[in-house]
Amino acid sequence: MKTTKSVNINPQPVLNNTQEKVGGLWQDVIKRLKKNKIAMFGAFIIGILLFTAVFAPFLSPHDPENGILTDRQQPPSSKYLLGTDSQGRDVLSRIIHGAGISVQIGVISVGIALIVGSLMGVLAGYYGKWMDVLIMRLVDIMLAFPTILLALAIVTILGPSLKNAMIAVGIVNIPRFARIVRSSVLSVKETEYIEASKAIGCTDIQIILRHVLPNCLAPIIVQTTLTIGTAILEAAGLSFLGLGAQPPMPEWGAMLADSRGYLRQAPWSVMFPGLAIMLTVLGFNLLGDGLRDALDPRLKE
Amino acid sequence: MLNYIIKRLLMLIPVLVGVSLLAFSIIHLIPGDPARIILGERATEASILALQEKLGLNQPLYIQFLTFLKNILKGDLGTSIITNEKVSYELLTSFAATLELTFVAMIIAIVVGIAAGTIAAIRQYSIFDNISMIGALVGVSMPIFWLGLLMIWAFAYKLGWFPASGRLDVALNVPRITHILLIDSLLNGNFQAFKNTLWHLAMPSLALATIPMAIIARMTRSSMLEVMKQDYIRTARAKGLPEKIIIFKHAIKNAFLPVITVIGLQVGLLLGGAVMTETVFSYPGLGRRLYIAIMARDYPVVQGGILLISVCFVLVNLIVDLTYSFIDPRIKLD
Repeated sequence: MKTTKSVNINPQPVLNNTQEKVGGLWQDVIKRLKKNKIAMFGAFIIGILLFTAVFAPFLSPHDPENGILTDRQQPPSSKYLLGTDSQGRDVLSRIIHGAGISVQIGVISVGIALIVGSLMGVLAGYYGKWMDVLIMRLVDIMLAFPTILLALAIVTILGPSLKNAMIAVGIVNIPRFARIVRSSVLSVKETEYIEASKAIGCTDIQIILRHVLPNCLAPIIVQTTLTIGTAILEAAGLSFLGLGAQPPMPEWGAMLADSRGYLRQAPWSVMFPGLAIMLTVLGFNLLGDGLRDALDPRLKE
Repeated sequence: MLNYIIKRLLMLIPVLVGVSLLAFSIIHLIPGDPARIILGERATEASILALQEKLGLNQPLYIQFLTFLKNILKGDLGTSIITNEKVSYELLTSFAATLELTFVAMIIAIVVGIAAGTIAAIRQYSIFDNISMIGALVGVSMPIFWLGLLMIWAFAYKLGWFPASGRLDVALNVPRITHILLIDSLLNGNFQAFKNTLWHLAMPSLALATIPMAIIARMTRSSMLEVMKQDYIRTARAKGLPEKIIIFKHAIKNAFLPVITVIGLQVGLLLGGAVMTETVFSYPGLGRRLYIAIMARDYPVVQGGILLISVCFVLVNLIVDLTYSFIDPRIKLD
């Protein structure tokens, strides 16, 4: 865990070696990304999400967990902008507090998938042979399950809670990273600068951390962005089924599960939390697509 | 070709063993004694011992796994703890319902997705292109359980056009032969039941179709755009072929390969996605049966359901791979 973690904050050695080329690449990427209006719209949504998550206590007009029972199932009004749910809780305040939970779900579950998946991909790609066969068979088995089903199975084993839902969503997304990192490692491994590093006596770990991984960064970044969206969606689904976040936590999927029985009486308490999930996922998908186009302009046309 | 099929089938063995190992593990990885958890806190020692005996939990682990495998091969998945029905029977009947739902959803997704993607590609940057591609982007990001709830609110509660749940009105019961109601009702010559089944299928299948429809539309569009740039399309235009023939005879066929990959992947994902849709619409399919089993800690049904869905998923993926070579002989399989 520790080693992979240091990779992301330590791409400097490469920057120093080939400063012009790498620096130029990232500047180009950002320039191209800024020109992509749709991607910037995605970034804007994510910006709002992060802002809401950080400043939730200051932004939310009411208590997210303790409602006023006499104000049950109030339609949207000036007092309750998005209405109240069956327990008299302000839907807007709950959505605002839910933003932080969604960010947490995205970061933790994708963090698990990223770290474990990249480690597996590097081991399989760099060392090859039986290690490759073993790891990729494992990945094949994981891919033999539809993701939601595998997540359901894992939560069944671990027991329903937000923490376990995040672990489950993390595990089901490991194969994506393992595959992408492995194929990038395979293409980098045969280059001359890796051969040169070997010739001057670098250890495997040095080569992997300083040369192989930084050069696989582009596909990893794209995949991470896209997977955060999917992860939030999958975790919300688990919570909706009652297998993730538990009431009264204002997690968006759990809010839908809470309000589902009152669809007829208080449709707003179903509409808005779902809209929040959709916009968040859309934001990550738009930015992810934009990043992919920006990192590989050949794909664009 | 035959060699490739045999090789792929052999490669399935470790995957299937892994899948059954995971299904088997579910009951053993839950913390604590499964029999005690299943029966709850107030169970007597005697009933716990009896259940342990019945589930074979008192035998060594490897023997339990081998017995499990042997029973699977015999088609015996045990009995449900809650309903006392045979798991294989329960799963197959609810699987028929899911197949029906998935089939209708897939038809909607393929027809609408390919049509929208093709038109969007031909009229690139037109209003239709923009609207359908924004629609597709939103569709991919859509939580289908939420979409399902919105559909129930709008079309069942507000407008009253479609039923909010179920498969068939109780009054119209047809004798079950295949358990696929669209077929059963036709076999019985009961067209009213056929129409009623379709009416019940409308909302869940549309909800289930949303994500694959969006993905298929995007894939078709980009694949068509790619093909329309090829030299042979320019040649076809240069020799004066009408645009219709160029599109239908030359472009679509070649643009289809990546679309087929996506369609195949979606079929598998639909089987999993059915868990959400069926729960929202109270549709008595495999996904909902599995969900009920998970909530009730009915482990034999959970094991069987996971096994069944994964085996289907793996087989669908294999069929997709094999289809390539039929459609595009340029692809070499090895």
